[in-house]
Amino acid sequence: MTKKVFQGRAVVKGSVTAEALVSKGGFNTLASYQHALMFGDKEGKCSDQNNQDLYKKPMSGKALCMPQTIGSTTGGLVLYCAASMSRQPACLLFSKEIDSLAAAGAILADVWTESSMPTIDNLGDEFLSYVQTGDKITVSEDGTVTVERE
Amino acid sequence: MELTKRQQDILDGKEGDVKAKVMKTLIMYGETFGAPKMVDVTGKYGHLVTSFGLSVMKPVYDLMDTLIDGGALSSQKFSVDPRPLENCVPRNLIQNIFFKVMYSKQADYDKQLKTLGIMADDAYTCTCYMDEVGNIPDEGDILSWAESSAVVYANSVLGARCNRNSGILDLFGSIVGCVPYFGLLTDDGRKADWLIEVRTSSRPEAQLLGSAIGMKVMEQVPYVTGLDRYFSELDDEAKAYFKDFGAATASNGAVGLYHIENLTPEARKQGRSLLRENYRTFVIDDAVLEETERNYPVIWKDRSASPKLAFIGCPHLSAAQLESWSDRIDEALKRNGKDKVSVKTVMTAAPAVMENFKKSDKAVRLQKEGVILSHICPLMYMNNPKCASMPVITCSNKLRTYTSAKYCKEADLLEAITGGAR
Repeated sequence: MTKKVFQGRAVVKGSVTAEALVSKGGFNTLASYQHALMFGDKEGKCSDQNNQDLYKKPMSGKALCMPQTIGSTTGGLVLYCAASMSRQPACLLFSKEIDSLAAAGAILADVWTESSMPTIDNLGDEFLSYVQTGDKITVSEDGTVTVERE
Repeated sequence: MELTKRQQDILDGKEGDVKAKVMKTLIMYGETFGAPKMVDVTGKYGHLVTSFGLSVMKPVYDLMDTLIDGGALSSQKFSVDPRPLENCVPRNLIQNIFFKVMYSKQADYDKQLKTLGIMADDAYTCTCYMDEVGNIPDEGDILSWAESSAVVYANSVLGARCNRNSGILDLFGSIVGCVPYFGLLTDDGRKADWLIEVRTSSRPEAQLLGSAIGMKVMEQVPYVTGLDRYFSELDDEAKAYFKDFGAATASNGAVGLYHIENLTPEARKQGRSLLRENYRTFVIDDAVLEETERNYPVIWKDRSASPKLAFIGCPHLSAAQLESWSDRIDEALKRNGKDKVSVKTVMTAAPAVMENFKKSDKAVRLQKEGVILSHICPLMYMNNPKCASMPVITCSNKLRTYTSAKYCKEADLLEAITGGAR
Protein backbone atom coordinates (compact mmCIF):
# COMPACT_ATOMS: atom_id res chain seq x y z
CA MET A 1 0.00 0.00 0.00
CA THR A 2 1.30 3.44 -0.98
CA LYS A 3 -0.06 6.65 0.36
CA LYS A 4 0.41 10.22 -0.85
CA VAL A 5 -1.08 13.43 0.53
CA PHE A 6 -1.93 16.55 -1.47
CA GLN A 7 -3.04 19.91 -0.15
CA GLY A 8 -5.62 21.97 -2.00
CA ARG A 9 -8.18 24.67 -1.28
CA ALA A 10 -11.63 23.66 -0.05
CA VAL A 11 -14.11 25.51 -2.29
CA VAL A 12 -16.92 23.56 -0.62
CA LYS A 13 -15.85 21.98 2.64
CA GLY A 14 -16.61 18.39 3.59
CA SER A 15 -15.06 15.02 4.27
CA VAL A 16 -15.57 11.84 2.28
CA THR A 17 -13.85 8.62 1.21
CA ALA A 18 -14.44 7.32 -2.32
CA GLU A 19 -12.85 5.57 -5.29
CA ALA A 20 -11.02 7.81 -7.75
CA LEU A 21 -12.27 8.33 -11.30
CA VAL A 22 -9.69 10.30 -13.25
CA SER A 23 -10.05 12.47 -16.33
CA LYS A 24 -6.65 13.65 -17.51
CA GLY A 25 -8.28 16.15 -19.89
CA GLY A 26 -11.01 18.74 -19.29
CA PHE A 27 -14.27 17.32 -17.98
CA ASN A 28 -17.17 18.33 -20.21
CA THR A 29 -19.99 18.36 -17.66
CA LEU A 30 -22.95 18.52 -20.05
CA ALA A 31 -21.57 15.95 -22.47
CA SER A 32 -20.65 13.66 -19.56
CA TYR A 33 -23.95 13.84 -17.65
CA GLN A 34 -26.33 14.33 -20.55
CA HIS A 35 -27.50 10.73 -20.91
CA ALA A 36 -27.38 9.95 -17.20
CA LEU A 37 -29.74 12.79 -16.35
CA MET A 38 -31.90 12.33 -19.40
CA PHE A 39 -32.55 8.65 -18.89
CA GLY A 40 -32.43 8.32 -15.14
CA ASP A 41 -29.17 6.35 -14.98
CA LYS A 42 -28.48 6.16 -11.26
CA GLU A 43 -24.85 5.13 -11.85
CA GLY A 44 -24.32 8.32 -13.84
CA LYS A 45 -22.37 6.68 -16.67
CA CYS A 46 -20.29 9.20 -18.58
CA SER A 47 -21.65 9.90 -22.07
CA ASP A 48 -18.84 12.13 -23.34
CA GLN A 49 -17.55 10.35 -26.45
CA ASN A 50 -14.54 12.68 -26.53
CA ASN A 51 -13.33 11.68 -23.07
CA GLN A 52 -11.67 8.30 -23.45
CA ASP A 53 -10.72 8.23 -19.74
CA LEU A 54 -14.34 8.32 -18.60
CA TYR A 55 -16.60 7.33 -21.48
CA LYS A 56 -19.25 4.85 -20.28
CA LYS A 57 -17.78 4.67 -16.76
CA PRO A 58 -20.09 5.31 -13.74
CA MET A 59 -19.51 8.69 -12.07
CA SER A 60 -22.05 8.67 -9.20
CA GLY A 61 -20.33 8.34 -5.83
CA LYS A 62 -16.81 8.55 -7.31
CA ALA A 63 -14.04 10.97 -6.42
CA LEU A 64 -13.95 12.78 -9.74
CA CYS A 65 -10.40 14.02 -10.46
CA MET A 66 -9.74 16.43 -13.33
CA PRO A 67 -7.86 19.55 -14.35
CA GLN A 68 -11.04 21.62 -14.84
CA THR A 69 -14.45 21.43 -16.49
CA ILE A 70 -15.11 22.58 -20.05
CA GLY A 71 -18.00 23.07 -22.44
CA SER A 72 -21.55 24.33 -22.09
CA THR A 73 -22.60 26.91 -19.52
CA THR A 74 -25.28 24.48 -18.41
CA GLY A 75 -22.39 22.83 -16.54
CA GLY A 76 -23.22 24.19 -13.10
CA LEU A 77 -26.90 23.55 -13.54
CA VAL A 78 -26.16 19.96 -14.53
CA LEU A 79 -24.10 19.41 -11.37
CA TYR A 80 -26.89 21.02 -9.33
CA CYS A 81 -29.43 18.62 -10.85
CA ALA A 82 -27.17 15.63 -10.26
CA ALA A 83 -26.80 16.67 -6.60
CA SER A 84 -30.54 17.26 -6.22
CA MET A 85 -31.16 13.75 -7.49
CA SER A 86 -28.33 12.25 -5.38
CA ARG A 87 -26.40 11.21 -8.50
CA GLN A 88 -23.48 13.54 -7.95
CA PRO A 89 -19.84 12.48 -7.65
CA ALA A 90 -18.71 11.94 -4.03
CA CYS A 91 -16.39 14.92 -4.46
CA LEU A 92 -14.84 17.11 -7.15
CA LEU A 93 -11.04 17.32 -7.14
CA PHE A 94 -9.29 19.81 -9.42
CA SER A 95 -5.58 19.99 -10.11
CA LYS A 96 -5.94 23.61 -11.33
CA GLU A 97 -7.96 26.50 -9.97
CA ILE A 98 -11.63 25.64 -10.29
CA ASP A 99 -13.42 27.10 -13.33
CA SER A 100 -16.54 29.25 -13.10
CA LEU A 101 -18.99 26.57 -14.20
CA ALA A 102 -17.81 23.89 -11.79
CA ALA A 103 -17.70 26.46 -8.98
CA ALA A 104 -21.29 27.43 -9.73
CA GLY A 105 -22.38 23.79 -9.65
CA ALA A 106 -20.55 23.04 -6.40
CA ILE A 107 -21.94 26.16 -4.70
CA LEU A 108 -25.50 25.67 -6.00
CA ALA A 109 -25.40 22.11 -4.69
CA ASP A 110 -24.10 23.33 -1.33
CA VAL A 111 -26.55 26.22 -0.84
CA TRP A 112 -29.70 24.85 -2.48
CA THR A 113 -29.63 21.06 -1.90
CA GLU A 114 -29.17 18.66 1.00
CA SER A 115 -26.49 16.69 -0.86
CA SER A 116 -22.81 16.79 -0.01
CA MET A 117 -20.21 17.24 -2.74
CA PRO A 118 -16.95 18.47 -1.19
CA THR A 119 -14.97 20.37 -3.79
CA ILE A 120 -11.20 20.94 -3.66
CA ASP A 121 -9.12 22.83 -6.21
CA ASN A 122 -5.47 23.82 -6.69
CA LEU A 123 -4.23 20.31 -5.95
CA GLY A 124 -1.44 20.77 -8.48
CA ASP A 125 -0.33 19.03 -11.65
CA GLU A 126 1.49 16.37 -9.63
CA PHE A 127 -1.83 15.27 -8.14
CA LEU A 128 -3.33 14.63 -11.56
CA SER A 129 -0.17 12.90 -12.78
CA TYR A 130 -0.16 10.63 -9.74
CA VAL A 131 -3.79 9.71 -9.11
CA GLN A 132 -5.23 6.74 -10.99
CA THR A 133 -8.76 5.50 -11.49
CA GLY A 134 -9.48 3.00 -8.70
CA ASP A 135 -7.27 4.66 -6.06
CA LYS A 136 -8.82 5.20 -2.63
CA ILE A 137 -9.35 8.92 -2.00
CA THR A 138 -9.96 10.54 1.37
CA VAL A 139 -10.94 14.20 1.47
CA SER A 140 -10.70 16.24 4.68
CA GLU A 141 -12.41 19.49 5.68
CA ASP A 142 -9.19 21.48 5.36
CA GLY A 143 -8.69 20.57 1.69
CA THR A 144 -6.26 17.70 2.31
CA VAL A 145 -6.61 14.86 -0.19
CA THR A 146 -5.05 11.48 0.59
CA VAL A 147 -4.51 9.02 -2.26
CA GLU A 148 -4.02 5.36 -1.30
CA ARG A 149 -3.09 2.57 -3.71
CA GLU A 150 -2.88 -1.19 -3.08
CA MET B 1 -16.13 40.97 0.01
CA GLU B 2 -17.06 44.64 0.06
CA LEU B 3 -20.81 45.11 -0.38
CA THR B 4 -22.89 48.22 -0.97
CA LYS B 5 -25.69 48.96 1.50
CA ARG B 6 -28.28 47.63 -0.94
CA GLN B 7 -26.31 44.43 -1.52
CA GLN B 8 -25.85 43.97 2.24
CA ASP B 9 -29.58 44.57 2.81
CA ILE B 10 -30.48 41.88 0.31
CA LEU B 11 -28.00 39.50 1.96
CA ASP B 12 -29.54 40.32 5.34
CA GLY B 13 -32.97 39.29 4.09
CA LYS B 14 -34.56 42.74 3.85
CA GLU B 15 -35.97 41.77 0.43
CA GLY B 16 -36.92 38.26 1.52
CA ASP B 17 -35.23 34.99 2.37
CA VAL B 18 -35.07 33.73 -1.19
CA LYS B 19 -33.27 36.83 -2.51
CA ALA B 20 -30.92 36.57 0.46
CA LYS B 21 -30.07 33.03 -0.60
CA VAL B 22 -29.57 34.18 -4.20
CA MET B 23 -27.16 36.89 -3.00
CA LYS B 24 -25.34 34.42 -0.73
CA THR B 25 -24.81 32.08 -3.71
CA LEU B 26 -23.37 34.88 -5.85
CA ILE B 27 -21.08 36.04 -3.05
CA MET B 28 -19.75 32.51 -2.48
CA TYR B 29 -19.22 32.25 -6.23
CA GLY B 30 -17.30 35.54 -6.28
CA GLU B 31 -15.24 34.76 -3.19
CA THR B 32 -14.06 31.54 -4.84
CA PHE B 33 -12.35 33.70 -7.44
CA GLY B 34 -11.19 36.44 -5.10
CA ALA B 35 -13.77 39.00 -6.25
CA PRO B 36 -13.35 42.13 -4.09
CA LYS B 37 -16.86 43.45 -4.79
CA MET B 38 -20.12 42.99 -6.61
CA VAL B 39 -20.74 45.29 -9.61
CA ASP B 40 -24.03 46.38 -11.14
CA VAL B 41 -25.30 44.62 -14.23
CA THR B 42 -25.43 47.41 -16.85
CA GLY B 43 -26.59 45.48 -19.91
CA LYS B 44 -30.25 46.16 -20.69
CA TYR B 45 -31.21 42.48 -20.99
CA GLY B 46 -30.11 39.18 -19.53
CA HIS B 47 -29.74 35.88 -21.38
CA LEU B 48 -30.48 32.46 -19.90
CA VAL B 49 -29.15 29.14 -21.14
CA THR B 50 -31.97 27.00 -19.76
CA SER B 51 -34.77 26.93 -22.32
CA PHE B 52 -35.93 23.35 -22.22
CA GLY B 53 -38.74 21.77 -20.23
CA LEU B 54 -36.94 18.49 -19.78
CA SER B 55 -38.93 16.26 -17.45
CA VAL B 56 -35.82 14.93 -15.66
CA MET B 57 -34.63 18.46 -14.80
CA LYS B 58 -37.31 18.74 -12.13
CA PRO B 59 -34.89 20.29 -9.59
CA VAL B 60 -34.48 23.31 -11.88
CA TYR B 61 -38.22 23.90 -12.18
CA ASP B 62 -38.69 23.43 -8.45
CA LEU B 63 -36.02 26.07 -7.92
CA MET B 64 -37.79 28.41 -10.35
CA ASP B 65 -41.00 27.96 -8.33
CA THR B 66 -39.08 28.78 -5.17
CA LEU B 67 -37.80 31.99 -6.78
CA ILE B 68 -41.25 32.99 -8.04
CA ASP B 69 -42.99 32.18 -4.75
CA GLY B 70 -40.29 34.13 -2.89
CA GLY B 71 -40.76 37.21 -5.10
CA ALA B 72 -37.26 36.83 -6.55
CA LEU B 73 -38.11 37.80 -10.14
CA SER B 74 -35.61 39.11 -12.66
CA SER B 75 -34.93 42.85 -12.38
CA GLN B 76 -34.28 42.95 -16.13
CA LYS B 77 -36.01 41.30 -19.06
CA PHE B 78 -34.08 38.44 -20.66
CA SER B 79 -33.86 36.24 -23.73
CA VAL B 80 -33.33 32.51 -23.46
CA ASP B 81 -31.86 29.67 -25.52
CA PRO B 82 -33.95 27.95 -28.23
CA ARG B 83 -36.92 25.72 -27.59
CA PRO B 84 -36.33 22.02 -28.26
CA LEU B 85 -39.25 21.24 -30.57
CA GLU B 86 -41.17 22.46 -33.58
CA ASN B 87 -43.69 20.47 -35.59
CA CYS B 88 -41.99 21.06 -38.94
CA VAL B 89 -38.82 19.19 -37.91
CA PRO B 90 -38.96 15.54 -39.04
CA ARG B 91 -39.81 12.88 -36.46
CA ASN B 92 -41.46 9.51 -36.65
CA LEU B 93 -44.08 8.10 -34.31
CA ILE B 94 -41.62 6.60 -31.84
CA GLN B 95 -39.38 9.67 -31.82
CA ASN B 96 -42.49 11.76 -31.18
CA ILE B 97 -43.50 9.63 -28.19
CA PHE B 98 -40.01 10.09 -26.75
CA PHE B 99 -40.17 13.84 -27.33
CA LYS B 100 -43.52 14.10 -25.56
CA VAL B 101 -42.15 12.29 -22.51
CA MET B 102 -38.76 14.04 -22.52
CA TYR B 103 -40.03 17.59 -22.86
CA SER B 104 -43.28 17.21 -20.94
CA LYS B 105 -42.41 20.22 -18.76
CA GLN B 106 -42.01 22.65 -21.68
CA ALA B 107 -45.38 24.44 -21.34
CA ASP B 108 -44.97 24.74 -17.57
CA TYR B 109 -41.43 26.05 -17.93
CA ASP B 110 -42.50 28.58 -20.60
CA LYS B 111 -45.00 29.93 -18.06
CA GLN B 112 -42.28 30.18 -15.42
CA LEU B 113 -40.04 32.12 -17.85
CA LYS B 114 -42.90 34.51 -18.59
CA THR B 115 -43.41 35.14 -14.88
CA LEU B 116 -39.69 35.56 -14.28
CA GLY B 117 -39.30 38.13 -17.10
CA ILE B 118 -38.66 36.82 -20.65
CA MET B 119 -38.42 39.84 -23.03
CA ALA B 120 -40.81 38.49 -25.71
CA ASP B 121 -42.80 35.36 -26.47
CA ASP B 122 -40.39 34.48 -29.28
CA ALA B 123 -37.12 35.46 -27.52
CA TYR B 124 -35.86 31.86 -27.67
CA THR B 125 -32.49 31.68 -29.42
CA CYS B 126 -28.80 31.18 -28.68
CA THR B 127 -28.09 34.21 -30.94
CA CYS B 128 -29.97 36.85 -28.95
CA TYR B 129 -27.54 39.48 -30.26
CA MET B 130 -29.03 39.42 -33.78
CA ASP B 131 -30.62 42.74 -34.81
CA GLU B 132 -34.01 41.06 -35.26
CA VAL B 133 -33.95 39.80 -31.64
CA GLY B 134 -32.60 42.99 -30.12
CA ASN B 135 -30.57 41.82 -27.13
CA ILE B 136 -27.37 43.58 -28.23
CA PRO B 137 -25.16 44.79 -25.37
CA ASP B 138 -23.02 47.89 -25.74
CA GLU B 139 -19.24 47.75 -25.52
CA GLY B 140 -18.22 47.72 -21.85
CA ASP B 141 -21.63 46.59 -20.56
CA ILE B 142 -21.55 44.23 -17.57
CA LEU B 143 -23.74 41.19 -18.25
CA SER B 144 -25.22 38.31 -16.31
CA TRP B 145 -25.52 35.87 -19.20
CA ALA B 146 -24.98 32.19 -19.73
CA GLU B 147 -24.91 30.16 -23.01
CA SER B 148 -21.29 29.63 -23.88
CA SER B 149 -21.59 30.74 -27.51
CA ALA B 150 -23.47 33.93 -26.59
CA VAL B 151 -21.06 34.81 -23.78
CA VAL B 152 -17.98 34.41 -25.96
CA TYR B 153 -19.62 36.47 -28.73
CA ALA B 154 -20.69 39.25 -26.36
CA ASN B 155 -17.20 39.45 -24.85
CA SER B 156 -15.21 39.15 -28.05
CA VAL B 157 -17.22 40.68 -30.89
CA LEU B 158 -19.28 43.21 -28.94
CA GLY B 159 -16.72 44.06 -26.25
CA ALA B 160 -19.18 43.54 -23.39
CA ARG B 161 -17.99 41.99 -20.12
CA CYS B 162 -19.37 38.71 -18.88
CA ASN B 163 -17.98 35.66 -17.16
CA ARG B 164 -18.80 32.17 -18.33
CA ASN B 165 -21.65 31.96 -15.87
CA SER B 166 -23.51 28.78 -15.34
CA GLY B 167 -27.22 28.31 -15.95
CA ILE B 168 -29.19 29.41 -12.85
CA LEU B 169 -26.43 31.87 -11.87
CA ASP B 170 -27.29 33.83 -15.04
CA LEU B 171 -30.78 34.38 -13.64
CA PHE B 172 -29.47 35.03 -10.11
CA GLY B 173 -27.41 37.99 -11.37
CA SER B 174 -30.44 39.38 -13.19
CA ILE B 175 -32.56 39.00 -10.04
CA VAL B 176 -30.32 40.99 -7.70
CA GLY B 177 -28.89 43.20 -10.47
CA CYS B 178 -25.24 42.59 -9.66
CA VAL B 179 -22.48 40.08 -10.34
CA PRO B 180 -19.12 39.38 -8.68
CA TYR B 181 -16.19 41.32 -10.12
CA PHE B 182 -13.58 38.85 -11.33
CA GLY B 183 -12.23 37.12 -14.42
CA LEU B 184 -13.47 38.48 -17.73
CA LEU B 185 -15.02 41.51 -16.02
CA THR B 186 -11.57 42.85 -15.18
CA ASP B 187 -8.96 44.39 -17.49
CA ASP B 188 -6.38 41.86 -16.37
CA GLY B 189 -8.74 38.92 -16.99
CA ARG B 190 -9.10 40.05 -20.57
CA LYS B 191 -5.38 39.82 -21.35
CA ALA B 192 -4.39 37.10 -23.81
CA ASP B 193 -2.47 34.02 -22.67
CA TRP B 194 -1.89 32.70 -26.17
CA LEU B 195 -0.75 34.09 -29.50
CA ILE B 196 -2.43 31.97 -32.16
CA GLU B 197 -0.90 32.40 -35.60
CA VAL B 198 -3.23 31.24 -38.36
CA ARG B 199 -1.12 30.29 -41.39
CA THR B 200 -3.55 28.25 -43.45
CA SER B 201 -3.54 28.28 -47.25
CA SER B 202 -7.10 29.61 -47.39
CA ARG B 203 -9.75 30.93 -45.01
CA PRO B 204 -10.21 28.15 -42.48
CA GLU B 205 -13.61 26.72 -41.67
CA ALA B 206 -14.77 28.76 -38.65
CA GLN B 207 -15.97 25.83 -36.57
CA LEU B 208 -12.88 23.74 -37.29
CA LEU B 209 -10.48 26.56 -36.43
CA GLY B 210 -12.45 27.32 -33.26
CA SER B 211 -12.32 23.67 -32.26
CA ALA B 212 -8.53 23.46 -32.71
CA ILE B 213 -8.01 26.63 -30.69
CA GLY B 214 -10.50 25.67 -27.96
CA MET B 215 -8.87 22.28 -27.44
CA LYS B 216 -5.45 23.94 -27.21
CA VAL B 217 -6.10 26.91 -24.93
CA MET B 218 -9.03 25.47 -22.91
CA GLU B 219 -10.30 28.34 -20.69
CA GLN B 220 -7.54 30.81 -21.53
CA VAL B 221 -7.75 33.85 -23.78
CA PRO B 222 -6.30 33.56 -27.31
CA TYR B 223 -5.12 36.48 -29.44
CA VAL B 224 -5.51 35.32 -33.03
CA THR B 225 -3.52 36.70 -35.95
CA GLY B 226 -3.81 35.98 -39.65
CA LEU B 227 -7.57 36.23 -40.01
CA ASP B 228 -7.44 39.88 -41.06
CA ARG B 229 -6.26 38.52 -44.42
CA TYR B 230 -9.81 37.28 -44.96
CA PHE B 231 -11.84 40.05 -43.32
CA SER B 232 -11.14 43.76 -43.66
CA GLU B 233 -13.77 44.81 -41.13
CA LEU B 234 -16.21 43.39 -38.61
CA ASP B 235 -19.13 43.33 -41.05
CA ASP B 236 -22.07 40.90 -41.06
CA GLU B 237 -20.05 38.18 -42.79
CA ALA B 238 -17.23 38.50 -40.28
CA LYS B 239 -19.64 38.56 -37.33
CA ALA B 240 -21.31 35.37 -38.54
CA TYR B 241 -17.90 33.74 -38.99
CA PHE B 242 -16.81 34.69 -35.47
CA LYS B 243 -20.16 33.57 -34.04
CA ASP B 244 -19.46 30.06 -35.35
CA PHE B 245 -15.76 30.22 -34.49
CA GLY B 246 -16.53 31.29 -30.92
CA ALA B 247 -19.14 28.59 -30.40
CA ALA B 248 -16.52 25.98 -31.28
CA THR B 249 -13.86 27.51 -29.00
CA ALA B 250 -16.36 27.51 -26.13
CA SER B 251 -17.74 24.00 -26.61
CA ASN B 252 -14.54 22.19 -27.64
CA GLY B 253 -12.67 24.10 -24.95
CA ALA B 254 -13.89 26.65 -22.43
CA VAL B 255 -13.02 29.93 -24.11
CA GLY B 256 -14.99 32.94 -22.88
CA LEU B 257 -13.12 35.64 -24.79
CA TYR B 258 -10.89 35.80 -27.84
CA HIS B 259 -9.22 38.71 -29.59
CA ILE B 260 -8.85 38.82 -33.39
CA GLU B 261 -6.06 41.09 -34.55
CA ASN B 262 -7.30 44.26 -36.27
CA LEU B 263 -10.92 43.16 -36.06
CA THR B 264 -12.46 42.71 -32.59
CA PRO B 265 -12.92 45.87 -30.51
CA GLU B 266 -10.19 45.43 -27.91
CA ALA B 267 -7.68 44.07 -30.42
CA ARG B 268 -8.30 47.10 -32.64
CA LYS B 269 -7.65 49.48 -29.75
CA GLN B 270 -4.89 47.71 -27.84
CA GLY B 271 -3.27 45.42 -30.40
CA ARG B 272 -0.60 43.04 -29.17
CA SER B 273 -0.30 44.89 -25.88
CA LEU B 274 -3.19 42.59 -24.90
CA LEU B 275 -0.71 39.71 -24.76
CA ARG B 276 0.53 38.77 -21.30
CA GLU B 277 4.26 38.90 -20.70
CA ASN B 278 4.71 35.14 -20.76
CA TYR B 279 2.25 34.29 -23.51
CA ARG B 280 2.58 31.03 -25.39
CA THR B 281 2.43 30.64 -29.17
CA PHE B 282 0.55 28.08 -31.27
CA VAL B 283 0.75 28.01 -35.06
CA ILE B 284 -2.25 26.65 -36.96
CA ASP B 285 -1.68 25.50 -40.52
CA ASP B 286 -3.60 23.18 -42.84
CA ALA B 287 -2.00 20.11 -41.24
CA VAL B 288 -3.16 21.06 -37.75
CA LEU B 289 -6.74 21.48 -38.95
CA GLU B 290 -6.64 18.21 -40.89
CA GLU B 291 -5.39 16.38 -37.80
CA THR B 292 -8.03 18.04 -35.63
CA GLU B 293 -10.80 16.88 -37.93
CA ARG B 294 -9.31 13.39 -38.32
CA ASN B 295 -9.34 12.90 -34.56
CA TYR B 296 -13.07 13.51 -34.12
CA PRO B 297 -14.71 10.28 -33.01
CA VAL B 298 -17.61 9.03 -35.15
CA ILE B 299 -20.07 7.10 -33.00
CA TRP B 300 -22.59 6.10 -35.61
CA LYS B 301 -23.48 2.42 -35.31
CA ASP B 302 -22.66 2.00 -39.00
CA ARG B 303 -19.86 4.41 -39.79
CA SER B 304 -20.48 4.04 -43.53
CA ALA B 305 -24.24 4.70 -43.33
CA SER B 306 -25.82 7.28 -45.60
CA PRO B 307 -26.95 10.35 -43.63
CA LYS B 308 -30.66 10.59 -42.96
CA LEU B 309 -30.73 14.13 -41.64
CA ALA B 310 -28.55 17.24 -41.78
CA PHE B 311 -28.53 20.18 -39.38
CA ILE B 312 -27.23 23.61 -40.34
CA GLY B 313 -27.42 26.32 -37.68
CA CYS B 314 -25.85 25.56 -34.31
CA PRO B 315 -25.50 28.30 -33.17
CA HIS B 316 -28.53 29.76 -34.95
CA LEU B 317 -27.85 31.24 -38.39
CA SER B 318 -27.82 34.93 -39.20
CA ALA B 319 -30.01 36.36 -41.98
CA ALA B 320 -26.96 36.64 -44.23
CA GLN B 321 -26.03 33.01 -43.56
CA LEU B 322 -29.56 31.87 -44.42
CA GLU B 323 -29.33 33.73 -47.71
CA SER B 324 -25.88 32.38 -48.45
CA TRP B 325 -26.93 28.79 -47.77
CA SER B 326 -29.99 29.28 -49.96
CA ASP B 327 -27.79 30.34 -52.88
CA ARG B 328 -25.24 27.61 -52.31
CA ILE B 329 -27.85 24.86 -52.06
CA ASP B 330 -29.62 26.09 -55.19
CA GLU B 331 -26.39 26.24 -57.18
CA ALA B 332 -25.27 22.79 -55.98
CA LEU B 333 -28.63 21.22 -56.81
CA LYS B 334 -28.48 22.64 -60.32
CA ARG B 335 -24.90 21.46 -60.70
CA ASN B 336 -25.89 17.96 -59.62
CA GLY B 337 -29.03 17.88 -61.77
CA LYS B 338 -31.44 17.72 -58.81
CA ASP B 339 -34.60 19.57 -57.81
CA LYS B 340 -34.65 18.74 -54.12
CA VAL B 341 -32.18 17.92 -51.40
CA SER B 342 -31.50 14.21 -51.12
CA VAL B 343 -30.97 14.29 -47.34
CA LYS B 344 -33.61 15.84 -45.09
CA THR B 345 -32.05 19.15 -44.12
CA VAL B 346 -33.04 21.45 -41.28
CA MET B 347 -31.74 25.01 -41.06
CA THR B 348 -32.22 26.81 -37.76
CA ALA B 349 -32.27 30.49 -36.79
CA ALA B 350 -33.86 32.71 -34.16
CA PRO B 351 -37.65 32.91 -34.52
CA ALA B 352 -37.52 36.62 -35.44
CA VAL B 353 -34.69 36.06 -37.94
CA MET B 354 -36.48 33.10 -39.51
CA GLU B 355 -39.84 34.89 -39.75
CA ASN B 356 -38.20 37.75 -41.65
CA PHE B 357 -36.31 35.34 -43.90
CA LYS B 358 -39.44 33.35 -44.69
CA LYS B 359 -40.86 36.40 -46.46
CA SER B 360 -38.03 36.30 -49.02
CA ASP B 361 -37.87 34.55 -52.39
CA LYS B 362 -34.75 32.73 -51.23
CA ALA B 363 -36.70 31.13 -48.39
CA VAL B 364 -39.53 30.09 -50.69
CA ARG B 365 -36.98 28.55 -53.06
CA LEU B 366 -35.25 26.71 -50.22
CA GLN B 367 -38.52 25.25 -48.98
CA LYS B 368 -39.43 24.13 -52.52
CA GLU B 369 -36.07 22.39 -52.62
CA GLY B 370 -37.08 20.46 -49.50
CA VAL B 371 -35.17 22.35 -46.82
CA ILE B 372 -36.96 22.75 -43.49
CA LEU B 373 -36.70 26.13 -41.76
CA SER B 374 -36.98 26.01 -38.00
CA HIS B 375 -36.08 27.76 -34.76
CA ILE B 376 -35.37 24.69 -32.59
CA CYS B 377 -32.18 23.79 -30.79
CA PRO B 378 -30.67 20.90 -32.82
CA LEU B 379 -28.86 19.72 -29.71
CA MET B 380 -32.15 19.27 -27.88
CA TYR B 381 -33.51 17.34 -30.86
CA MET B 382 -30.51 15.04 -30.89
CA ASN B 383 -30.91 14.33 -27.18
CA ASN B 384 -33.78 12.04 -28.11
CA PRO B 385 -32.18 8.56 -28.19
CA LYS B 386 -34.34 7.62 -31.16
CA CYS B 387 -32.90 10.60 -33.04
CA ALA B 388 -29.37 10.03 -31.74
CA SER B 389 -29.37 6.56 -33.26
CA MET B 390 -29.91 8.03 -36.74
CA PRO B 391 -26.93 8.95 -38.95
CA VAL B 392 -27.07 12.75 -38.74
CA ILE B 393 -24.52 15.13 -40.25
CA THR B 394 -23.80 18.72 -39.30
CA CYS B 395 -21.33 21.49 -40.00
CA SER B 396 -21.55 22.49 -36.33
CA ASN B 397 -18.66 21.48 -34.15
CA LYS B 398 -20.76 22.32 -31.10
CA LEU B 399 -23.47 19.88 -32.16
CA ARG B 400 -20.83 17.25 -32.89
CA THR B 401 -19.36 17.67 -29.42
CA TYR B 402 -22.59 17.07 -27.53
CA THR B 403 -24.37 14.53 -29.74
CA SER B 404 -23.83 11.61 -32.11
CA ALA B 405 -23.98 13.93 -35.14
CA LYS B 406 -20.99 13.61 -37.49
CA TYR B 407 -19.09 16.76 -38.37
CA CYS B 408 -18.66 17.71 -42.02
CA LYS B 409 -17.07 20.83 -43.39
CA GLU B 410 -19.64 23.09 -45.04
CA ALA B 411 -18.60 22.14 -48.58
CA ASP B 412 -18.78 18.42 -47.77
CA LEU B 413 -22.19 18.79 -46.14
CA LEU B 414 -23.41 20.75 -49.14
CA GLU B 415 -22.37 17.99 -51.51
CA ALA B 416 -23.91 15.34 -49.25
CA ILE B 417 -27.34 17.00 -49.13
CA THR B 418 -27.47 17.99 -52.79
CA GLY B 419 -26.64 14.55 -54.10
CA GLY B 420 -23.09 15.27 -55.12
CA ALA B 421 -21.41 12.93 -52.65
CA ARG B 422 -22.03 10.86 -49.54
